[in-house]
Amino acid sequence: MTALLEVSGVSKSFDGFKAINNLSFSIGARELRAVIGPNGAGKTTFMDIVTGKTRPDQGQVLWGEKSQSLLKLSEAQIARAGVGRKFQRPTVFEDQSVAGNLTMALKAPRGPFRVLRWKPSEHSSQRIAELASEVGLGDQLARKAGELSHGQKQWLEIGMLLAQEPRLLLVDEPAAGMTLAEREQTTTLLRRLAETRAVVVVEHDMDFVRRLACRVTVLHQGAVLAEGSLDHVSANPEVIEVYLGR
Amino acid sequence: MFIRKNPSVLAFLAILAIFTLTVTVMSEAGGTGAIPTSMVKTLGKTLCLALAALAMDLVWGYAGILSLGHMAFFALGGYMIGQWLMYARTGEIVTATLMNAQIPPTATEIRDGIAGQIFGVVGSAELPLTWAFAGSLPMQLLLVLAVPGIFAFLFGWLAFRSRVNGVYLSILTQAMTLALALWLYQNDSGFRGNNGLSGLQNIPGLTHVSQADISVWFLWASAAALALCYVLAAWLVSGKFGSVIRAIRDDESRVRFLGYSVEAYKMTVFTLSAMICAIAGALYYPQAGIINPAELAPIASIYLAVWVAIGGRGRLYGAVIGAVVVSLLSSWFTGGRAPDLNLGFYTVNWVDWWQVLLGLAFVCVTLFAPRGLSSIIDALAGLRPPMRRGKDLGPDLGALRESEAEA
Repeated sequence: MTALLEVSGVSKSFDGFKAINNLSFSIGARELRAVIGPNGAGKTTFMDIVTGKTRPDQGQVLWGEKSQSLLKLSEAQIARAGVGRKFQRPTVFEDQSVAGNLTMALKAPRGPFRVLRWKPSEHSSQRIAELASEVGLGDQLARKAGELSHGQKQWLEIGMLLAQEPRLLLVDEPAAGMTLAEREQTTTLLRRLAETRAVVVVEHDMDFVRRLACRVTVLHQGAVLAEGSLDHVSANPEVIEVYLGR
Repeated sequence: MFIRKNPSVLAFLAILAIFTLTVTVMSEAGGTGAIPTSMVKTLGKTLCLALAALAMDLVWGYAGILSLGHMAFFALGGYMIGQWLMYARTGEIVTATLMNAQIPPTATEIRDGIAGQIFGVVGSAELPLTWAFAGSLPMQLLLVLAVPGIFAFLFGWLAFRSRVNGVYLSILTQAMTLALALWLYQNDSGFRGNNGLSGLQNIPGLTHVSQADISVWFLWASAAALALCYVLAAWLVSGKFGSVIRAIRDDESRVRFLGYSVEAYKMTVFTLSAMICAIAGALYYPQAGIINPAELAPIASIYLAVWVAIGGRGRLYGAVIGAVVVSLLSSWFTGGRAPDLNLGFYTVNWVDWWQVLLGLAFVCVTLFAPRGLSSIIDALAGLRPPMRRGKDLGPDLGALRESEAEA
């Protein structure tokens, strides 16, 4: 299986602090992966580098079948190439309706002039209704996103990610602030999504990672400490020392 | 379909049409003469200012770019049309004078005559390169759009690509308009220095038409420009494009992760709004009669922002209401027509105290009615902002606060 995303030998330091230190990571086109690690292990910086928010000092980030380098692309270009990102706290556009939020995310040409000429079609409104009901907001299309509850906002953002049709989905702590039932729903959704695309879940909560039942990458001090099934990495003495043991 | 979704557009156009017709009927040109020509000109100019405010609302209210240099584009538009007006008008006079001579004048003689007439005041008799197209109306009309457009595009390209945001961008736009004004003040920059361009109210080829008629024509032209641009702006902000620029205002980085190039959108809106401003300026200065570099002073652009804030940013009619109300009040107060307020121990002279009143109004609007005068219309229309218990709509400083959001 060829990798969809291949990060090799990436380093990044902020004012002398090495946030990422010679990190290598790769993920296949249809794979679910959990990235865990203590605070300051470089999880967020890793996502920032992949999405183009931060430029690494050295190393390579290659994407897709043609092994295109992501380092020269802007955030918007990387997003268009097929990398979607879900932030920890829900970031939806609260001043706009649920339908408006989804319309913006819907896969379509992104240039200003193409967007100017864009008109809602039978197909697009059908797709929006479909996505909304998929995330349980089918009857809330006309409401302002700002009026939704915290959980509903999370779901709206997931709906927006689905609308983008990304090939790689980066999800930052999806379980934070969720009830048990919502977690259950989220795990099911993430597992289902990973059947058609690559999904990377950055998570703190070991219990949640166990539910995902997937390969786990442990980060520590900006580098990969261990990789494998959760049982395999939890048996690793180094991992126990830096993370699980505490 | 578009009108049905935006009923306010129809209402706006109707009010504008009624206003223009009423003024025409009451004007000195073929009307009852109840409104003097100078007042017709003031009203026409006010419509142009409203158009500039509309452009400001697009960049500030919708895209969240607080430009404090927008009047530079307004003045540039005025300078571009002013070049033709002055050149052609001087040409008529020079030709008429030279015709009295025994030998008919050559084209070069006429050209030199015009240059001497226009630039004598700054001690030059050469026509600068910047006046190369001054003799051609179509070219200068094109430049009205092209010069501010290209200027805004370059400025946006430099500023937005370097991700200059918020207050830093505002300062940069201030510096831009100030620098442009200082350059224009120089006698050798080719725009007659601090004399500016004058006599713009005399339209070449229309010497036989009275100012009363011309003032009504310009009123109609200004109203038509305002109507067209209002419809254009309403169309822009109502669709997906409007959705994206409002999203940029509220959370720029999130829009990037959706795959939209924030810079391209900002540049598009900024350039378009600069061009609308330039159209407004090109219609304003023939009514004002004179333009000089003082028109580009940073304070002019700050006034523009104050109008939009008082009228209500983030809604198009708000910007128009703000510009009309504040600029008309301003000319009433500063025109010495407002009666002094005698407090017994002190007499408030409004010519001096108007600015204090305006400043106070600005502070009060910012504090108590962030949607400005347009909140009156919202109250009438029954619009209510959603309750978010005081939380902001977005993480950026430029994002709308709860109380400002559309209901």
